[in-house]
Amino acid sequence: MDYFAQQLINGIVLGSIYGLIAIGYTMVYGIVGMINFAHGDIFMIGGFIALISFLILVSIGLTVVPVILLIVLLVSMAITALYGWTVERIAYRPLRHSFRLAPMLSAIGMSFVLTNFSQVTQGARVKPVPPIITGGYTLHEGSGGFVVQLSNVQIIVVVTTVVLLAIFTWLVARTRLGRDMRACEQDQTMAALLGVDVDRTISMTFVIGAALAAVAGMMYLLYYGLVDFFMGFVAGIKAFTAAVLGGIGSLPGAMLGGLAIGLIETLWSAYFSVEYKDVAAFSILIIVLIFLPTGLLGRPEVEKV
Amino acid sequence: MTGVGVTAPALEATQVSRAAGVAFIFKKAVISALVALVLFSLMIGIRTEAGPAGQLIYWTRFGDLAAMVATVFGGSIVVELLRQWWGPVDTVRIVPPRVQSTLALARRAIAPVLLVFTFLVPVIFYNERYILDLGILVLTYVMLGWGLNVVVGLAGLLDLGYVAFYAVGAYSYALLATTFGLSFWVCLPLAGILAALWGVLLGFPVLRLRGDYLAIVTLAFGEIIRLVIINWQSLTGGPNGVTGIPRPTLFGIPLTPADDGLAARLGIEFSPTHRIVFLFYLILALALLTNWVTIRLRRLPIGRAWEALREDEVACRALGINTTTTKLTAFATGAMFGGFAGAFFATRQGFISPESFTFQESALVLAIVVLGGMGSQLGVALAALAMIGGFELFRGLDQYRMLVFGLAMVLLMIWRPRGLIGHRAPTVFLRHSHAISSDLVKEGHG
Repeated sequence: MDYFAQQLINGIVLGSIYGLIAIGYTMVYGIVGMINFAHGDIFMIGGFIALISFLILVSIGLTVVPVILLIVLLVSMAITALYGWTVERIAYRPLRHSFRLAPMLSAIGMSFVLTNFSQVTQGARVKPVPPIITGGYTLHEGSGGFVVQLSNVQIIVVVTTVVLLAIFTWLVARTRLGRDMRACEQDQTMAALLGVDVDRTISMTFVIGAALAAVAGMMYLLYYGLVDFFMGFVAGIKAFTAAVLGGIGSLPGAMLGGLAIGLIETLWSAYFSVEYKDVAAFSILIIVLIFLPTGLLGRPEVEKV
Repeated sequence: MTGVGVTAPALEATQVSRAAGVAFIFKKAVISALVALVLFSLMIGIRTEAGPAGQLIYWTRFGDLAAMVATVFGGSIVVELLRQWWGPVDTVRIVPPRVQSTLALARRAIAPVLLVFTFLVPVIFYNERYILDLGILVLTYVMLGWGLNVVVGLAGLLDLGYVAFYAVGAYSYALLATTFGLSFWVCLPLAGILAALWGVLLGFPVLRLRGDYLAIVTLAFGEIIRLVIINWQSLTGGPNGVTGIPRPTLFGIPLTPADDGLAARLGIEFSPTHRIVFLFYLILALALLTNWVTIRLRRLPIGRAWEALREDEVACRALGINTTTTKLTAFATGAMFGGFAGAFFATRQGFISPESFTFQESALVLAIVVLGGMGSQLGVALAALAMIGGFELFRGLDQYRMLVFGLAMVLLMIWRPRGLIGHRAPTVFLRHSHAISSDLVKEGHG
């Protein structure tokens, strides 16, 4: 039971990270109707920028951990958001009204560009960092000596996710930008006729998605203590699975799907086999799409002729 | 997006906007350079590396950063000038008759010329091992491209996991040959059948999916196959792969210096080039088989059904075409050719490991098909030649190769989303065959 509780905590933390990435997929798919293949790599870039800015801050002698974390968070969000904007501008905007396959392929190309860009600029080796946040709480001490622990990092990851999700939900539901985004999602032509700047709204969607992916990258760095140039690919597919599982286009769905994928992956590793955890996640993607194509909270797709 | 100079209609207006154009171009270049500065500031300006004791160290590379930003500044000016010089982009909707007839003539000539040249390659370049190896590689990708073309180009089903069938074929041959000692010629059909079986297995669950969903599921499928190959160590040898895969024989006659080898039987001196030439003609034959079968299938009802499915699935169903079997046969046929190519790959290399079957391979083959114009057999062959040839050109720049490949993919999509041969020749027509630009073709969501 204790073991299960511990895995549950680990799964929720991992799921939060997936959820943050999944929001980017779900928003872009909702508005533009394409899988932003490069989003996983945006997450990876976010991790790298967090790592580098952290390294600089430490080396110039800053020691107050909350200040460091705040600066790293803001810097990585800002720069990664610019990456998201640039990717949209270069690879997707010229293909806005092109045929179906074109943006997909240019997204795959962009994903290769980002992966290999960081391999070329930062090297192929895994970059470890020493634990930045230490300590934690012991929740329960079992009879067999097994301790259920909740570390400070885990608390920070979950709290950050919840706060960001709250801000983001407010943004979509209450602000002008959010209204524009929802309008573009329903009907771009109509939205444009009513004075919504569609291009700008789509750009902002990519910017916000990338900023959230940057947070996910930073959380990943804090939690696992390493980044490498190839981590975006698998994390990206899993986050996409989460977005599909939750129902593509739905924000709470993305978070829910993220949690589900995180829990499934953790529990599968704990009780079955670590080697096949990715196989389990990908199989779930296939199974969900077959039996529940609209996901948990998605709207059914209407087939138009 | 649009330059000021290109939108001005009248002559004097152009004169006025020329001056404004300079300011515009300069402003745009400055903005691009600023964006590049922020983007690259940390990623290029700072280089991190794990130090000897496991701690992270870093050093600065501001020179590289400055060079990159300057490149972006200059590049932006060049691109903008080119765009103004090029003028507004107006798409030619229907291919003009003159261009069409010239194209048709060139096309009629280019295929036989290319074929004859390919047949002569081993004769011309007999002593150039490198070119022969490259030729084999290109032909392998031509075959993979033609195989995937059945699924993507003809049936319009976006498959991002094609490499899975390539892997199934390669491992089928490798394991059958090393475990049971079966010969290449027995294994080749078996590998094709097994791959086709996997194609149907994948096809069944994804029948209801369309477009991007289909793409992501096939991608997941490809990754599952690769992960299973890596982890099922007792069968596949895991990451170490399978070694000692037997070389192909000429219907039982080995191409070795042994007494019963081909050279000894023919009474000529043995040379290792014999095997390379044999492999060259083998893959050429396999590729031509793929091409021939595809061309023949296109004339059959099933081929027509594939193309109808690509254009509009709903209309297809309304006309009574069984979309289930149509999709399954497309998957199975494409997978079978992938399996053949895989078996050939295994016998050529003599060693296979999961590293050869990554997503990058799938993307490369898909890029070949799309660049080839989705559905054009000749286009696919030319695209494979261009892609693999281009890849070889950048062999020296090892690390930058995939970077350049990715960039090329993005730029090609922006420049020619419809591929090199971007028009469709109809398979059925009333009196005259009118090729139309594929921009006019609205593809369904297959």
